[in-house]
Amino acid sequence: MRLRWIIPALYILFLLLPIYWLLNMSFKTTNEILGGFSWWPQQFTLDSYITILTDPTWYNGYINSLTYVVINTVISVVVALPAAYAFSRYRFLGDKHLFFWLLTNRMAPPAVFALPFLQLYDAIGLFDTHLAVALAHCLFNIPLAVWILEGFMSAVPRELDETAYVDGYSFPRFFVKIFMPTIASGIGVAAFFCFMFSWVELLLAKTLTQVDAKPIAAIMTRTTSTAGYELGLLAAAGALTIIPGAVVIWFVRNYIAKGFALGRV
Amino acid sequence: MARKIQNQKAWLFVIPVVVLVAFNAIIPLMTVVNYSIQDTYGNNIFLWSGLKWYEELLASERFHDALVRQVAFTFIILAIEIPLGVAIALAMPRRGPWVSVCLVLMALPLLIPWNVVGAMWNIYALPDIGLLGYLLNAAGWDYNFTRHPFDAWFTTVMMDVWHWTSLVVLLAYAGLVSIPDAYYQAARIDGAKRWAVFRHIQLPKMKRVLTIAVLLRFMDSFMIYTEPFVLTGGGPGNSTTFLSIDLNKVALGEFALGRAGAMSLVYFLIILLLSWIFYTVMTRNEDRS
Repeated sequence: MRLRWIIPALYILFLLLPIYWLLNMSFKTTNEILGGFSWWPQQFTLDSYITILTDPTWYNGYINSLTYVVINTVISVVVALPAAYAFSRYRFLGDKHLFFWLLTNRMAPPAVFALPFLQLYDAIGLFDTHLAVALAHCLFNIPLAVWILEGFMSAVPRELDETAYVDGYSFPRFFVKIFMPTIASGIGVAAFFCFMFSWVELLLAKTLTQVDAKPIAAIMTRTTSTAGYELGLLAAAGALTIIPGAVVIWFVRNYIAKGFALGRV
Repeated sequence: MARKIQNQKAWLFVIPVVVLVAFNAIIPLMTVVNYSIQDTYGNNIFLWSGLKWYEELLASERFHDALVRQVAFTFIILAIEIPLGVAIALAMPRRGPWVSVCLVLMALPLLIPWNVVGAMWNIYALPDIGLLGYLLNAAGWDYNFTRHPFDAWFTTVMMDVWHWTSLVVLLAYAGLVSIPDAYYQAARIDGAKRWAVFRHIQLPKMKRVLTIAVLLRFMDSFMIYTEPFVLTGGGPGNSTTFLSIDLNKVALGEFALGRAGAMSLVYFLIILLLSWIFYTVMTRNEDRS
């Protein structure tokens, strides 16, 4: 079994090749890309990146995406915290059905909701705002956050709560001062997953926005369809969307798997 | 898990979640139900049409074809990703500095926006200037994913394997590291073979996380839209038009609200039903062992 490392190594190579190709393209001029096949840029250029980082129609896309992603993450985690606490500590009327109903929303295909969402958010005057996308993404992110947090909270023994009450803590003070620090890694993981699923989702984000809140990923597709085939720009814009994900992964690397298992490994 | 206390006031903690999710789930769902039983000729005039759209949908060849393609796609990627993910997780180092490197690099595809995944694979698979397309053609395969349906399928499946196998790896790995060393020592004393260790120690320990992996991969692959839409646009012809792509063509492309409504509900119900079957079958096995 000395050579066992070859399997993950080959797999990682398989994962990195398309990303390498994207980077390769992003450093080429459009002429060179269309000119033919080459393993690395012959005329290395940063033009595509400079265009994106200096043209507001481009970089505003990143700001828009990050804005609604952050709003969504904050809303999802804040409302999920008390709910997850209730599910992990108490029995109440309809608790199990409610918990399952929340999960069914994770199963709803965004394509089913695209059109009704457009009409709903248009009717309440939120169309083309960051808030609309942030609220729409709550559909699948809140259930996810509740599930993950509930898993982490159930691992904390009840004695912690009871000791705090005996010591004279009120509930809000106990929750913020003692309980939240105890499950800090769970909160981090839940926030990471909300960030992730809001960041990668495009169908709803694209449907609910037009100009002011247009996500970067949608701006990319629009540019390729109207301005011909500017592969260099497309590749550079794509490469830049990888960075936020790579940064947040680093912080939660030891907890990612636990999060995917909804805190129940 | 500690025993829970009966407390109806706990509802107060849940209300914000219920309100937000219900706002997003119930109102749009009712809109869809409304469309699915009405007929419209524009100008916001709607007429009752009963189950007409459902009958039409269930009889339509187009829906059958999209459904068959969807089931085939989901089946293929589950058959590849689950065993592959488990195999990679088994081969991963358990401790040391390489663990973090592996985990971070493997998680990378999961955090790339879905249409960027599609665009990236489009560039990667272009027959003349993409690395994959170039190499396949150089190897003597007349590969062109925009022209040959088989090549389009091959590329779409490979893209999904690239995108999501890491999810299975991460889950299986989390299950594996939770096995105490004492189990392995006992197996060594008993002289257990590699296969026996896998079959009787590792696989049972992974069952729980694999259940989640299968469920997540099933649900997400059944709803797949953005990646194949950007990669192939559902083509060539209709060869990679899965259910979500077809639904969006009907709803936002043709604006056929009635048909789209009926299709949405049938689609949603299929996912719910299949997820429920998966879930009960897999958890029942868990109880038995």
